[in-house]
Amino acid sequence: METKKHGRASLLWQLSRGFRLWWTAALTATILTTLLSYLTPQVIRVTVDSVLDNQPFDVPQFILNMINAIGGREVIRQNLIICAAAAMLCSILSGISKFFFRFTTAKAAEGMITSLRNQLYAHIQRLPYAWHVANQTGDIIQRCTSDVDVVRNFISSKLLEMVRTILLITISLSAMFAMNAKIATVSLLFMPFTAGFSAIFYSKISKNFRKTDEAEGALSATVQENLTGVRVVRAFGREAYEIGRFSEKINTYTNLWVKLSDLMAYYFGTGALLCELQIMVVILFGTVEAVSGAITLGEFLVFVSYNSMLVWPVRGLGRILADMSKTGVSLSRILEILHVSPEINLPAAANHLLETNAFPAEEPSQNASCNFKGDIAFENVSFGYENGGDTLSHVSFTIKAGTTVGILGGTGSGKSTLTYLLDRLYDLPENQGRITIDGVDIRSIPRQLLRNNVGLVLQEPFLFSKTIEENIAIASPSRHSANLEDVRKMASIADVDDDISAFAEGYGTLVGERGVTLSGGQKQRVAIARMLMQHAPIMVFDDSLSAVDTETDLKIRQALGEQTGGSTVILISHRITTLMNADQIIVLDKGRIAEQGTHQELIAQKGIYQQIYHIQNMDDAPITDMTGGVC
Amino acid sequence: MAQTAAASSKTQEAPKSVNMKVWKKLFPFLAKYKGRLTWLVFINLVCALIDIILPLFQKLAIDHFIVPGTTENIWFFAGVYALVIALQTFSVIMFSRSANRMEMYLGKDLKSAVFTHLQTLSFNYYNTTPVGYMLARVMSDTSRIGEVIAWGLIDLMWALTYVGGVLFVMFTLNWKLALLVTLVVPPVVLATRFFQKRILTVNRQVRAINSQMTGAFNEGITGARTSKTLVIEDLNDAEFQEITGNLYTKNIHLVRLNALYIPVVLCFSSIATAIVLVQGGRMAMEGVMLLGTLSAFLTYAVNMLNPIEQAARIIGELISTQANVERVTDILETQPTVTDSPEVVAKYGDCFHPKKENWEPIEGNIEFRHVDFHYPDSQEEILHDFNLTVKSGTTVAIVGETGAGKSTLVNLCCRFFEPTGGQILIDGVDYRQRSQLWLHSSLGYVLQTPHLFSGTVKENIRYGKLDATDEEIIAAAKIVSAHEIIEAMDKGYDSDVGEGGDKLSTGEKQLISFARAVLADPRIFVLDEATSSIDTKTEQLIQNAISHLLQNRTSFLIAHRLSTIRQADIILVVRDGQIIEQGTHQQLLEQKGYYHTLYRNQYAKEAAEKLNWQ
Repeated sequence: METKKHGRASLLWQLSRGFRLWWTAALTATILTTLLSYLTPQVIRVTVDSVLDNQPFDVPQFILNMINAIGGREVIRQNLIICAAAAMLCSILSGISKFFFRFTTAKAAEGMITSLRNQLYAHIQRLPYAWHVANQTGDIIQRCTSDVDVVRNFISSKLLEMVRTILLITISLSAMFAMNAKIATVSLLFMPFTAGFSAIFYSKISKNFRKTDEAEGALSATVQENLTGVRVVRAFGREAYEIGRFSEKINTYTNLWVKLSDLMAYYFGTGALLCELQIMVVILFGTVEAVSGAITLGEFLVFVSYNSMLVWPVRGLGRILADMSKTGVSLSRILEILHVSPEINLPAAANHLLETNAFPAEEPSQNASCNFKGDIAFENVSFGYENGGDTLSHVSFTIKAGTTVGILGGTGSGKSTLTYLLDRLYDLPENQGRITIDGVDIRSIPRQLLRNNVGLVLQEPFLFSKTIEENIAIASPSRHSANLEDVRKMASIADVDDDISAFAEGYGTLVGERGVTLSGGQKQRVAIARMLMQHAPIMVFDDSLSAVDTETDLKIRQALGEQTGGSTVILISHRITTLMNADQIIVLDKGRIAEQGTHQELIAQKGIYQQIYHIQNMDDAPITDMTGGVC
Repeated sequence: MAQTAAASSKTQEAPKSVNMKVWKKLFPFLAKYKGRLTWLVFINLVCALIDIILPLFQKLAIDHFIVPGTTENIWFFAGVYALVIALQTFSVIMFSRSANRMEMYLGKDLKSAVFTHLQTLSFNYYNTTPVGYMLARVMSDTSRIGEVIAWGLIDLMWALTYVGGVLFVMFTLNWKLALLVTLVVPPVVLATRFFQKRILTVNRQVRAINSQMTGAFNEGITGARTSKTLVIEDLNDAEFQEITGNLYTKNIHLVRLNALYIPVVLCFSSIATAIVLVQGGRMAMEGVMLLGTLSAFLTYAVNMLNPIEQAARIIGELISTQANVERVTDILETQPTVTDSPEVVAKYGDCFHPKKENWEPIEGNIEFRHVDFHYPDSQEEILHDFNLTVKSGTTVAIVGETGAGKSTLVNLCCRFFEPTGGQILIDGVDYRQRSQLWLHSSLGYVLQTPHLFSGTVKENIRYGKLDATDEEIIAAAKIVSAHEIIEAMDKGYDSDVGEGGDKLSTGEKQLISFARAVLADPRIFVLDEATSSIDTKTEQLIQNAISHLLQNRTSFLIAHRLSTIRQADIILVVRDGQIIEQGTHQQLLEQKGYYHTLYRNQYAKEAAEKLNWQ
């Protein structure tokens, strides 16, 4: 706990910022509501004792003055409506304060939860790439939804409920003690039993709950596996066997639940018994006391109603305590996410660079995206992921602004890692060489600025469930001002305009689960169009044309060349035809640069590139001979 | 596929009233529990009666002891009181137990029914229905129905009984005063209706936004990497905050409705109290009414209004649960498109009760004779008058780009779909004259993305032959060169594969699924090859495994890798759903057609992928 940045309580405290006034209002309303709920029984007591019967008025002085002013007992007797009006007034006041209690609590709690959700979302967006690779989506979503709901439930209903219960107990007991110590003691005696019983029960039952939850999880997993594996089930003719598995799981689940619910039944029954017994004992004692003249009939009625106001909340206290521990667990799970450090925007050293306007070098400008020329240099770069050896070792090369470099590499050669490092999706450790753009170490360039200037199309691009137009326009630096014309222009360059126009709803077509399913090639091309919207001086295509055919590949590259004259382009591909026109080609093998040069130079020298060129350029090669391995 | 689900949910208007037609469909499930239901109703009545009686003890205490000033017979009074409380405890426990059991058993029956029915549905249903949708029907809808029937209906009955009973007692005690108190009921009912209707609507909106928010979280997480490269974190934040903002507004709206409703009801209950105080007070002073009766009236007048609120809430729940019932019965009413005829079932049995003694052995000769085919959800004819004879032991490779429709032939051959015209003959007999299970029992199927079930490696291999011994399992693993890899795992054959096999690498999963297929020793073998590249060593093991599996079996390969394609006797080339070329590897290359291009592209790809082979 000590090592954590902040604990569970301090998270809640921090979240409550901006809502503390609402909380104060809610607390006030809680207290007011509780106090008001004591008034109606008092009105009835006075009516029964002093109006209907002939006892002296036992009320505060100012009310006595009022009673005397309107003419005393006889007048009220003639006009019972006065008592009725008093009772009504109390109820209505209590109703109004209840309304404010619930409303202010909701304002405070919902506000806090909304800011928790927003904070979580924003935080997750900014967590490092490596974290996203390492964590499972389902688990994170679970924390962001279910766990947040548990917290929400607690702070929106249980927190003030606890205050109310404590208040109720204190006031009821002191009022009861003031009236008659004997009966009050009897009532008090029951409370430890009721609350204790319920706390013990809830801690006991929570274990069973965990078991049933697990059983439900197992059942659900079995069903899901059966449904996703339906082809395997059918192909092996295992329907009957599957039903057997399912029955086993559902029987376990059902039996556990029945056991649990039996426990709950005993709890409810016993809990109710304790409560009713308490009421009964108070009635009996009250009767005896009333008969002996120690209390009046009116006081008897007050006793009974205060006691019954007390009985259920005390039982609820046990439940609140159990919920509190559940909320603690959920808060910890949420904190586990919030405690992961987000990507640091730039090291402290770089701050002064920005302040002194040392970067961007040439002309200080608001629109920083224009300032990159696009000279790139990798200087002796080595990099390895957390588990495993070096993916890149001692890689050095330079790319002149405005030129195109092609990278050829096999599975695991480190070619994607190059792009991740260039975009600072992973940061190059301090002593592992350096990467510069226009001579500036990228570690001192703010991430956002860097990424705005490096357009990157990932190998497996993700499209958002928005319309195609929105998906492309999203990357525009001007964001909202991007018009359909621009979008279409970029889509044409990426050779996907025809495909999109062929959809019934054209650019308004929704992508994803609730819309159309795009083919792999279409997705890649939309992602390219999206990247083009960035108008970045550096463009990286990480095998982004792998799913389109050779002719489309060529068409896109030609269109790109015409449109993006000044940009530095990095092309990663397995097709020689894609790479051959690059100004410079790098062959990457096991994290090292194996060969480097122009197409002409590389095919002239004996090596991997030449070999692959011959294999891929096999129009004249004897086809049937190529049955063995490549190398 | 998902469009249809979205569209149907859009057309489903939010129901406004209880529709008996929907609920009737559940009657068959309830029939089994007639006895339990009757018992529940009975015990429920007892509970309600005791709840009505309890305030009367206070009245008795006042009228018999306090007002006359005597404690005579108080022990008898205490005894009866205690007895009633004991009875109440007993009935609460019994009631709670029975209702819980009812809920669980009904839920279990429904779950089993839906699950079992899903086992019989055809692939066209699975292809158009997301797994998440089916899972939600099996798991949550059925639970919800069980809960609402066991608790909702019973609580509703309790509420009605209670109100009825209280009215009865009040009228017996003093009908004039009772009549006055009853005047409050209609406005409370009206107010309740007014609020519940609105609460229900807002509640539905809240739920919709809630699932929208979950979707946004999902997208924010899965798309986080792309968001980084595009630097659109702020944009995403703003969009997300719009959703949470909406949720906040709606939630506050919901709370405001709920919070307003309570003072309104309180207001009416205070009117009832006032009436009792004025009228009852006058009667008490005149000596027409006992003070105890007055106090009982005060209790009843307030308590009577709670059940009305409860009843309204339950009716709201019933209405919203109708959607769950409809979704569940929709599945139960969906008919499989591929079915065995009654004659076939009579002879060969169904998939749960096979009559294996009548099964003919399979040789493995397959013939497509004048086959026409289109998928049920489209009119586009994919196969037209297609003829192909595959002799036992022949290997057929199907090649083409992703999404070109390579699975169609396999789907037909496995009878996951049936031809819309013509026949498919196995060993010279139309396969519709045999049972599905007969064919599937002789089929080995290895998937592109291998599917394993949670459990151990051994259990997963045994899936191919349920009565296999450990030795047979190891032998099968050895055949596909999986033995060493399995042995190297921390618990060998008893290693846990994780949910869906996610503790293993793709290559390991593939090898295990090969072992599973070998163990089944099928006459017909189908392979849907993976496109994703695996490390070269495992790749070689897999190629060996495939060669072993192809021996002496009729095989269909949906192939990407050149080494796999080259093992085929016949190659079918598919483009845009149509078979455009057909022949041996040599013949097709010489044609210099589409196959030639495909082959070249793949060659280029594999050449570059294997760069670091040396």
